[in-house]
Amino acid sequence: MNKIVIENLTLQYTDGTESLRNINLGICEKAITVLFGPAGGGKSSLLRCLNRLNDMADVKFASGRILLDGIDILSPKTDVITLRRKVGMVFARPVVLPFSIRGNLTYGLEVMGEKRRSKLDQAVERSLKQAALWDEVKDRLDDQAIALSGGQQQRLCLARSLALEPEVILLDEPTSGLDPISTAKVEASLQELKKNYTVILVPHSVQQAARTADYAAFFLQGELIEYGQGKTLFTTPQDKRTENYVTGRFG
Amino acid sequence: MKTIFPIHRNLSQQLGFGLLTAMTLATVLPIIAVIAYIIVQGAPAISPEFLTRVPNNGMRNGGIMPAIVGTLYLTFGTAIFSVPLGVAAAIYLSEYAADTWLTRIIRIAIINLAGIPSVVYGLFGLGLFVLFLQFGTSILAASLTLSIMTLPVIISTSEEALRAVPQSFRTVSISLGATRWQTIRRIVLPEALPGIITGVILGLERAAGETAPILFTGAAFFLPRLPGSPFDATMALPYHLFVISTQIPEMPFQIQYGTALVLIAFVLGMNLIATVIRSRARARRQW
Amino acid sequence: MESQLSWQEFIITRVIKASGYSAIVFVALIFYFLLREGLPTLTEVSAANLFSTRWYPIEEYYGILPLISGSLVVTFGAALVAVPFGLGTAIFISEITPRWAREILKPLVELLGGLPSVVLGFLGILVLSPHLRALLDLPTGLTALTGSLLLGGIAVPTIVSVAEDALDSVPRSYREGAWALGATKWQTIWRVTLPAARSGVLTAVMLGVGRAIGETMTVMMVTGNAPVLATKLSSIFSPVRTMTATIAAEMGEVANGSTHYHTLFFIGMVLFLISLAVNITASAVVFRQQKRAERVLS
Repeated sequence: MNKIVIENLTLQYTDGTESLRNINLGICEKAITVLFGPAGGGKSSLLRCLNRLNDMADVKFASGRILLDGIDILSPKTDVITLRRKVGMVFARPVVLPFSIRGNLTYGLEVMGEKRRSKLDQAVERSLKQAALWDEVKDRLDDQAIALSGGQQQRLCLARSLALEPEVILLDEPTSGLDPISTAKVEASLQELKKNYTVILVPHSVQQAARTADYAAFFLQGELIEYGQGKTLFTTPQDKRTENYVTGRFG
Repeated sequence: MKTIFPIHRNLSQQLGFGLLTAMTLATVLPIIAVIAYIIVQGAPAISPEFLTRVPNNGMRNGGIMPAIVGTLYLTFGTAIFSVPLGVAAAIYLSEYAADTWLTRIIRIAIINLAGIPSVVYGLFGLGLFVLFLQFGTSILAASLTLSIMTLPVIISTSEEALRAVPQSFRTVSISLGATRWQTIRRIVLPEALPGIITGVILGLERAAGETAPILFTGAAFFLPRLPGSPFDATMALPYHLFVISTQIPEMPFQIQYGTALVLIAFVLGMNLIATVIRSRARARRQW
Repeated sequence: MESQLSWQEFIITRVIKASGYSAIVFVALIFYFLLREGLPTLTEVSAANLFSTRWYPIEEYYGILPLISGSLVVTFGAALVAVPFGLGTAIFISEITPRWAREILKPLVELLGGLPSVVLGFLGILVLSPHLRALLDLPTGLTALTGSLLLGGIAVPTIVSVAEDALDSVPRSYREGAWALGATKWQTIWRVTLPAARSGVLTAVMLGVGRAIGETMTVMMVTGNAPVLATKLSSIFSPVRTMTATIAAEMGEVANGSTHYHTLFFIGMVLFLISLAVNITASAVVFRQQKRAERVLS
């Protein structure tokens, strides 16, 4: 079952350069789909289309549709606020807001208007457990979030998105600044999360892509070259360019 | 022998550096001298009576309390009008405005407001507030005039403070489903607040010391009572100093210096508060 | 609850946008009022009178040339003082002193900028002018020279502040590149750093000069207030009257709507246009420099 269907998506910047060219892609629900490829391929741009974060940049959509549960989220009538709660995002560098740990986690709910202490506390505990951070910070929830280590901050960012109970989680090179242990923790969390959420990941290395992907899509210079199951795409790629990238002949 | 710059064989460099050092000293030492001189000459005049009593004998005796109170009223009045408007304009420029020709015109307008001579503001205040809107020579007219004069300073410093807040905060906030205003209210504005406050204080400090804008719009030389409403005129420290140093024969020097001392103490005091706020905020910043 | 938030947000956003445009509104308003009260001068006073060299409103002489010359003389003198000292201090603070000294010197100079002009005028009357009078053996200490010196002192903090910022923002790599090529610090300053900061430094000078032209109280208190056209070099040792001082001194005594009243507004309009011209030129210079820099760096 496809959670998201991308149809003929072409993305242009206001200065005319193209970022994505005619992408057709289906994202399977409750699985990890990996978008990988060399820099400049358009993967981050595609991610930012999925939660309409591109509205903030100098982007103008040229054409195409993105269907989330059958509804086009690129249409002007879309309620982007609700969309962004449904489709959460974790960025490459952990960006903690200048609040306490608790404050970071409840931010998304508070801007929704949620004031009930009990609901907020529940969300805090639930999301921290899902991000495998609960045990480490449960005694210092009111400390400033900036005091956490890099790996902890990134898991906090993941928890922050999870607090809103999204349906889709987007991760843009989430472990690029982290040490191997933190990276492993994040990847383990993703394996747990995919049981309940649709996960779309832009990895920072081909190895990470191969480790985590249930499905994988290879992007090169704005085009989707190949799409397939994780098990087979990395071992027996169909397209020559995919093979060259996966085996390290360029990148 | 240690010097503050390394000894070079290059003679022109040494001469050049020496010249610049001399110039800087010539600029800086007089500042210290001026302030010290006023303190020394004016301190004897400062007493509780001076600060709380009304002047008498044609200003040659008594205190300057009404002028102090008047300056406080004017500063407060200026703040009421210029701070909300200025900060809102800064928020617009920093968070909402696109890079269009209209925005560029707004910026040029702000630069122009900053450069208009203070006496021209006085004329404008006279024309618009005192006469056309018939507020008369009043605290209201003077405050409004001073507010427009202070606007550019508040807008520029506030905008700078807002822009300094990292863009990543805004991106994260939006991605969590907040609207632009929620992002500003919950994250950007609080983080920019120390910088904004510093700018506001510096702007108000300048307004407190100005004479020309209030000359025809609100300042009076001698009033028997303290102003009772915004439509009354008021005495004010800078205007008071001007009159007693130029219009009154046989004015005791001590009172003149005392008045000058109170004025600069007020102004420098605000400067000090602003500096303290700025450095404490910088230390506590999470970015 | 969500719809209530967006209704509030809608209003707030509108208010913020309106505030953004307020600067334009005020500039336009100021210009309008100056015009409204100043233009009648052109109908009430003949051009020959207006541009004559005699300013004596009591007898209906409205020649503004002495006032313009007074402003020019005093401003020019102020620039002569302020530009070298201001730039010199800015270069010193930015390029020569260590970091810790900068944190002391810069606020100290900015302190001078914060002193009310009436205080400087006051000191000018009580301290500077008697000294100058004695030193130079003049009939009076209230002259253009006194005004220039004080105005220079007022303009210096502006020049130092803006120029120092401009010099400081020249990338370190420029200086390091020059040093690596064997230039001394002094050579680097003059041949690399200063040219690189050219637009900021120019802006600083223009803003300082703009400040000097617009200064009112100080000049009113120390320049002697004699509206006499400056004709010789030695005029700098005689009293003059600036445009700003004229308005400030005479506005309190004029009848609303009289010719004198209109003429003062006319002078105000001239001042407004001068400051407009200075500011637009300064912005244009900076803008062009920026464009050039963008082209070079891209």
